[in-house]
Amino acid sequence: MIGRYLLRFGALGYLGVVLLAPVALIFWRTFEHGWHPFWAAISNPDAVHALKLTLEVTLIAVPLNTVFGILCGLAIVRHRLPAMGLVNALVDLPLALSPVVVGLALILVYGPGGWLHGLPFKVLFSFPAILLATMFVSLPFVVREVVPVLREIGTDQEEAAATLGASSFATFRRITLPAIRWAVAYGVVLTMARSLGEFGAVSVVSGNVVGHTQTLTLYVQDAYANQFNETGAYSASVLLALLAIATLLLMTMFRPKEETRGDRGA
Amino acid sequence: MKGAGGGWAHFWDAASNPEAVAALKLTLWLSAGVVAINALSGTAIAWVLVRDRFAGKGLVNALIDLPFALPTIVASLTLLALYSPRSEIGKHVAYTRIGLLLALLFVTLPFVVRTVQPVLLELDREMEEAAASLGAGRLAIFRRVVFPNLLPAVLSGVALAFARAIGEFGAVVLISGNRPFKTEVASLYIFGRVNTDPAGAAALSVELLVISLAVLLSIGGIRRWATRHDR
Repeated sequence: MIGRYLLRFGALGYLGVVLLAPVALIFWRTFEHGWHPFWAAISNPDAVHALKLTLEVTLIAVPLNTVFGILCGLAIVRHRLPAMGLVNALVDLPLALSPVVVGLALILVYGPGGWLHGLPFKVLFSFPAILLATMFVSLPFVVREVVPVLREIGTDQEEAAATLGASSFATFRRITLPAIRWAVAYGVVLTMARSLGEFGAVSVVSGNVVGHTQTLTLYVQDAYANQFNETGAYSASVLLALLAIATLLLMTMFRPKEETRGDRGA
Repeated sequence: MKGAGGGWAHFWDAASNPEAVAALKLTLWLSAGVVAINALSGTAIAWVLVRDRFAGKGLVNALIDLPFALPTIVASLTLLALYSPRSEIGKHVAYTRIGLLLALLFVTLPFVVRTVQPVLLELDREMEEAAASLGAGRLAIFRRVVFPNLLPAVLSGVALAFARAIGEFGAVVLISGNRPFKTEVASLYIFGRVNTDPAGAAALSVELLVISLAVLLSIGGIRRWATRHDR
């Protein structure tokens, strides 16, 4: 019995020290003088612009990665094309790659001397680069959730629908999509969390121009490290943390109950 | 990648820069520490979440995913708030290697828990009961029955944690202080040289890329090894 309590308090204590204490402290620091400083810091035009940019990028990146994720999952599981094994491995790459390396790779491709240098519109240090970086790092999540479910449901129902004369699109819409909808929803939540919070890759390629190419995570860093505006940094952090907690609630709602696989990465 | 654009000699020059070597070494040591601590704490947390019963377990279970949901820069700022000189607890590990280790432990916490948990849930309790009825002590049961079953999950969890730790940037950027040879990790070295020394940045990036790919392949290998009886 002693061993059990020791283990319980050891594990919970570790969680408390490593995880909870820092997060609780940031809320305390932000609200220690009440709501007013928080509200003032959040409604600062630079912060508002940063939040807007973050939301815009997320609203574009998430739907694109969702459609790609479903198509890619179908291609990996249902159509045994020759190169799909390689694609399956490559999809995981953003999980194992440093965000800074992702940013550097974009600079090498789109920068002077790169393969895609000299496009008619500006890529680096503007909106397209931020979007590309965000899409790159949040690419694997929907695929990773959809693939195992597609494997598990098998093809019996889809084949039955096909023999009854349903077109392949009707089969997808009426049979496959309803079966994978929770996996897709969970993948979307993870994609959203990553898009809202991406920092490393974006900070390399965005140029970090206040009021133009500064996302909310960049704003936090800039406010703290360069402007010495602690209240601003803490307040924007709390805003991001609240978005994270909302995401967490959605994750808990959508996570398949029986199996909590851990390899969804971050 | 274009890191080798100037040929091997050029790459070797950039990669053997003493500052780059120190940054890579520090990164690998920290990641090794992250692996060792996560293997223990992650398994213990998963065990408590599956086998123990206490009030608020559902909440704790949901909290495990917090580092995945929380933006890394926020994690960095929260850790700095806790461990900086003006912190309430009076522990000043900001701008030290201990601070870096704590930041990496924060962001990698869910990996081992979330790989071990489902395996523990599915583990057949009858095996342990059989071992107990045959007179095995609790330590022997864990070592001979439970541990071999958990090993593939622990390994793939720590491999993911390792891959995350070697590349982590957001969580360490504020807390490291970025002192060359002391607290400068690989991602910070790369970031600092993107504009001033792209060749140097690319060389260390290629090294990280190779390590990441090796880890990715080993995770695939562990998965195949773990499911070798399934099909």
